Amino acid sequence: MTTQRTVTLVLLAAALVAPWFAYPVFLMTALCFALFACAFNLLLGYVGLMSFGHAMFFGMAGYFYGHVVKAWNMPPELGLLAGVAGAAALGLVTGALAIRRQGIYFAMITLAFAQMVYFFCVQAPFTHGEDGLQGIPRKALLGGLIPTKDDRVLYYVVLAIFLFGYAAIYRFIHSPFGQVLKAIRDNEQRAVSLGYEADRYKLLAFVLSAALAGLAGATKAMVLQFATLTDVSAAMSGEVVLMALVGGLGTIIGPVVGAFIIITMQNYLAAAGEFVLVIQGVIFVVIVMAFRKGLVGELADWWKSRRRAG
Amino acid sequence: MFELLGIPPQALFGQLLLGLINGAFYAMLSLGLAVIFGMLNVINFTHGAQYMMGAFAAWLMLTQLDIPFWAALVLSPLIVGLFGIVLEKVMLKRIYHLDHLYGFLLTFGLALIIEGLFQWKWGSSGAPYPSPIPGGTNLGFMFLPTYRGFVVVAALVICLATWYGIERTKFGAYLRAATENPTLVRAFGINVPRLITLTYGLGVGLAALAGVLAAPIQQVSALMGVNLVLVVFAVVVIGGMGSIMGSIVTGFGLGLVEGLTKVFYPPASNTVIFVVMALVLLIKPAGLFGQTK
Amino acid sequence: MVEALLKVDDLQAWYGESHILHGVGFEIGHGELVTLLGRNGAGKTTTLKSVMGIVEKRTGSVTFEGRQLVGHPSNEIARLGIAYCPEERGIFSSLNVEENLLLPPVVKPGGMSLAEIYQLFPNLEERKRSQGTKLSGGEQQMLAIGRILRTGAPLLLLDEPTEGLAPVIVQRIGEIIRQLKSRGFTILLVEQNFHFAATVADRHYVMEDGRVIDMIASADVQQNIGKLQTYLGV
Repeated sequence: MTTQRTVTLVLLAAALVAPWFAYPVFLMTALCFALFACAFNLLLGYVGLMSFGHAMFFGMAGYFYGHVVKAWNMPPELGLLAGVAGAAALGLVTGALAIRRQGIYFAMITLAFAQMVYFFCVQAPFTHGEDGLQGIPRKALLGGLIPTKDDRVLYYVVLAIFLFGYAAIYRFIHSPFGQVLKAIRDNEQRAVSLGYEADRYKLLAFVLSAALAGLAGATKAMVLQFATLTDVSAAMSGEVVLMALVGGLGTIIGPVVGAFIIITMQNYLAAAGEFVLVIQGVIFVVIVMAFRKGLVGELADWWKSRRRAG
Repeated sequence: MFELLGIPPQALFGQLLLGLINGAFYAMLSLGLAVIFGMLNVINFTHGAQYMMGAFAAWLMLTQLDIPFWAALVLSPLIVGLFGIVLEKVMLKRIYHLDHLYGFLLTFGLALIIEGLFQWKWGSSGAPYPSPIPGGTNLGFMFLPTYRGFVVVAALVICLATWYGIERTKFGAYLRAATENPTLVRAFGINVPRLITLTYGLGVGLAALAGVLAAPIQQVSALMGVNLVLVVFAVVVIGGMGSIMGSIVTGFGLGLVEGLTKVFYPPASNTVIFVVMALVLLIKPAGLFGQTK
Repeated sequence: MVEALLKVDDLQAWYGESHILHGVGFEIGHGELVTLLGRNGAGKTTTLKSVMGIVEKRTGSVTFEGRQLVGHPSNEIARLGIAYCPEERGIFSSLNVEENLLLPPVVKPGGMSLAEIYQLFPNLEERKRSQGTKLSGGEQQMLAIGRILRTGAPLLLLDEPTEGLAPVIVQRIGEIIRQLKSRGFTILLVEQNFHFAATVADRHYVMEDGRVIDMIASADVQQNIGKLQTYLGV
């Protein structure tokens, strides 16, 4: 436990001083993806449902944020709220349908819905199709109290949003509700026979996960000032799966680590073009074949066995 | 000729033909997915990439080696099927004991690799493949390009042959039995691991065959299978993977639905299959022909 | 005793972590009909599965016609001439009756023809186009036995063929098993139903806790009835 606390404190301290050592926009982007990956992992790691369409929540929330802030000229807080609410509503509709099937069908259904949302975004006027929603103004937060033109200031806002989302997931997993979800994941029949309405629990987790993915997507639109088709595409859905998988499914910190790794990798490989996808594919294959616990999971195992040996 | 609901018959039948052609590809691809899933317990995400490889193999044979379409129709599925067999032996085989998700993720990763490599080597803009049977017939109410008519008939024959092979032959009986209880089938003296490998090869070959047929209709490009495989997933959810005939009927049916949507409300033509999927989930969650699995 | 067709020595088997067989040993001669008796959980079914090679892990020795089976996969074992009829019968629901009958491949010459099998089980011929699992329990059992007679395998492993069946059907299956013996099949039969077993078998091996603890010839059953009842807890 103490090791875990030390690690947490070190990470937190690092997060606080980070913008003086790294490019803040990169850090903010990575934090948005980290929250996105945590939201995805809430569903797979703790409920056992693999959504292969989480980009629809992430990407749509970006469009909602942009539309509210730019077209309707509203404050950014409302934009974030619109992103979260819109993603949650989308999650409610698609989730209610998708949980009617289990296992691998669930993954295919979420993937199909995400594709439908993608095609919708290609055609809908407010997304501006292939061009995307560009030039979303960065406005001051809390009625002018927090100026956001400075990337470092905005960084702390994004960090706060991330920590809020992360804490929400932590609380959720450790609540009685989270315990029921784990029971459902481990043995649905048994949980149902104990009187839990498994489907309602699953749906609630799905909506929460969608809402947090939406928070991540809206925040990203706030930071980068645009929302495009990339964020609703199937490739993005695959990317978030990869982040959670690289970091370690079912560990709460794993997806954060995974997101930072993948985003860093993309930063360095931006010039490689198509090869980014090839490398992502290779990582998928290597992890599934050899490191199914992900980086954090494997490290934890290694640490445990080392302590046992020593 | 008279008009139907304000739609000129040329347009209506033209789109219906296109729908039938798309449906033919949905049927062939979902058939392969269902057969593979039955034996391997893996949803083959690489299916779209293997379809693309089929088309590419035919195109490369034609442009590099002067091998004509009709030879490619046989050679390309063989080559891509062999490639599938290698994949099964080297990778898929090792993950059957795991949750379905891992097979899905593994084959997704493989699809990224294959499509990425093809895109890197040949770019993402398509290359045309000349029609092997140019020309067509004016049927009065529409113009029927001969090759397109051929594709519909060929796909139907392929689907029905697959159905016959699985439902009416000895080999098919082994497949069906091994899908139910592989341990017992093996204890009767049948080499089930080899049967599984062969099934994957056949499913992949079927995808490649669809790819060759598609080459003269679509542009041959590295990403031609990316969106297609997602639509085929929806088709599989709608039909359920329990029944071979169900996959065929659902595939052709949804192609027609898509074609009709293109006539009456074009903006929805991309999404209509997903809407149908949502409706089916609402009304008959197990799928039209499915048992829940 | 005639030369052993199947010889099992110090056979151990595991399912995952649980160690089920702790050194089973017995043998069967050509043309013999031998039963494995014992209470539930004694390891009878696991013994058949271990001979057939469908347990997760096994050690020890199983020889058939002098050839070692341990270390070979079940499909190769079947090809040597051993046919298996599982306890749960294993009728395939996606196959009709005739497809079920024709499924196991012929491994050696000298098996029964389809006509002979239909002669033995006339019900099956009447229902040959029905879905396999639509048959009654007794018919399914006959199908499960019938389909392994075509293969030409000289050794049949039958796992509780009378389980859950009406007395009149049990009697019929007894007749069939005696007929099969007279045709020259060697049979290893797992039974809970001792009274049934006593009417058909030459010898009985008694199992307990994953070991063979006794062997009683059918001729000696009457003298040992008390001992048997203690073993089986009847």
